[in-house]
Amino acid sequence: MLHQIEGSKAMARSIALCRPQVVCAYPITPQTHIVEGVGELVRTGELNDCEFINVESEFAALSVAIGASAAGARAYTATASQGLLFMAEAVYNAAGLGLPIVMTLGNRAIGAPINIWNDHSDAMALRESGWIQLFAESNQEAADLHIVAFRLAEELSVPTMVCVDGFILTHAVERIDVPDQAAVDAFLPPYEPMQSLDPADPISIGAMVGPDAFTEVRYLQYFKQHTALTLIEKFATEFEQRFGRQAGGLLRTYEVEGAETLIVAMGSINGTIKDVIDEMRADGVAIGLVTLIAFRPFPADALRQALARARDVVVIDRAVDVGMGGPLASNIAIALRELPDPPAMHSAIVGLGGRPTSKASLHRLFRQAAIQPWEGPHFLDLNEKVVARELHRRGKTRRVGPAAEGILKELEKERVEKLAERTS
Amino acid sequence: MFEVRIHGRGGQGVVTAAEMLSVAAFLEGKHAQAFPSFGSERTGAPVVAFCRISDREIRLREPIQNPDALIVQDPTLFKALDVTEGLKPDGYLIVNTARSLSEMHLDEVVKRLPAGRALTVPATELAMKFINRPAPNTALLGAFAAEVGVVSLNSVLEAIRRAFPGNVGEANVEAAKAAHTLIAANAAA
Repeated sequence: MLHQIEGSKAMARSIALCRPQVVCAYPITPQTHIVEGVGELVRTGELNDCEFINVESEFAALSVAIGASAAGARAYTATASQGLLFMAEAVYNAAGLGLPIVMTLGNRAIGAPINIWNDHSDAMALRESGWIQLFAESNQEAADLHIVAFRLAEELSVPTMVCVDGFILTHAVERIDVPDQAAVDAFLPPYEPMQSLDPADPISIGAMVGPDAFTEVRYLQYFKQHTALTLIEKFATEFEQRFGRQAGGLLRTYEVEGAETLIVAMGSINGTIKDVIDEMRADGVAIGLVTLIAFRPFPADALRQALARARDVVVIDRAVDVGMGGPLASNIAIALRELPDPPAMHSAIVGLGGRPTSKASLHRLFRQAAIQPWEGPHFLDLNEKVVARELHRRGKTRRVGPAAEGILKELEKERVEKLAERTS
Repeated sequence: MFEVRIHGRGGQGVVTAAEMLSVAAFLEGKHAQAFPSFGSERTGAPVVAFCRISDREIRLREPIQNPDALIVQDPTLFKALDVTEGLKPDGYLIVNTARSLSEMHLDEVVKRLPAGRALTVPATELAMKFINRPAPNTALLGAFAAEVGVVSLNSVLEAIRRAFPGNVGEANVEAAKAAHTLIAANAAA
């Protein structure tokens, strides 16, 4: 049924339709509305047979989810940013133990400097933790991906993270189709654990593993992620057949026919990019888009196929690995290098810490890639004047003080100068 | 696509106004996207919310820079920031005040817009009368329906009832109707 509702509320309803038996909640912006929404559905009785547990930290949230999952329950939690870092040890444990927990990540920057706004730093920080990571393009997909995530996680016994852009999706009110219970039940069978703690049939989960077996246990994890590549496609096809719309899959293409320039991006920025591509296509520019949904496992083969015929590939990263560059770009570079005649790859760091990405900036970026390519990562909309001034100041003295405060002071100077210009 | 930007202060229901406007458009079978300016909102601080309305799916996620209509819930904001920045040359401006546009020193802005596109509504006064709370958002939406169209008054009223069930909703409906009548009468005069 169609609703005009907040993304978080739609996700909460969709999660409830998956009949989780244990939901662990600890609030952190911008994810809070999702678990609040699930909590309300438990309170009103719309979600039955579910234990909603308020815990004292993110570490506890995932630890309780691990315990619940090990006991054979369908377990769910959500977090963001520093919350994910605080539960980091448990994130690795859930994956290493092979427990099919589903977690929403309301993507947000990581401090310092403290910043509550959206980028993909949190998801990127734990990209090697062994979870499947799926990125939602729209709020409809954010709601739908949870249904796919439970199916996928439980089929393989691998935890799955649904990555949803904080604020941009979680706080937007839009038209969203929330499916009915019967349709979700038909797609998602009741949870049948591969392993569970049962007093009648005692086993231990989480035993110490020495050098004789650790490699083999890790290899099984690696193997399972590869299996996931096939299953993600299979469940996306099945989802589309049952629900009549696309959700999930490894990647989606848009206007790629004859495209000389291809953009690769994850998350909600794909919507804005599609509008830019329509405008550039109308101007005769041969440009298209590859929307990456599955980041882990990384679909290198599918990406190679999708990008092989392009002349230029622009990779949009919503996070920066400060010692390396764009994490997505680094991964794509590895995928492309096996092509006999690989396209030129251009890396762009976009929308850090909630900086809005305008169509105008994307137009400039995409045109520049084809006619005046840059070296290394390009920081879109970087205020070069302010950075140059701060670097100059830093060259003059040793005791320069904190970087964030330096930039804020320079920004304030710039604001005052502009104000003076306007009034003079 | 029709784009609306709403300015106000924390506690005035700015974000709720954008949401109700999107629900009104949804009820007419349109696509709509409402979202706040994301920040650490607190009572009294300047707040901006946005609403896009379209016949097609809305994919764009940038903040609205060139609105077709601007609703200003708190007239003291004109002194604090450039509220009308980016307003389209043929845009609409709706200001919550019991004073005239001249008294608000908005003549320069009014001159840039087509005749009749800028108007004032005593929305806080209407809110105090009907709701007994200084919440001007629903009255301004009533005025918006009268002046701009895009959504009908009936859809706005239904959206208000969905946001505020019961007596509070009905009081807000009365405020919106009164503002609508006021603006419709002015337009006819």
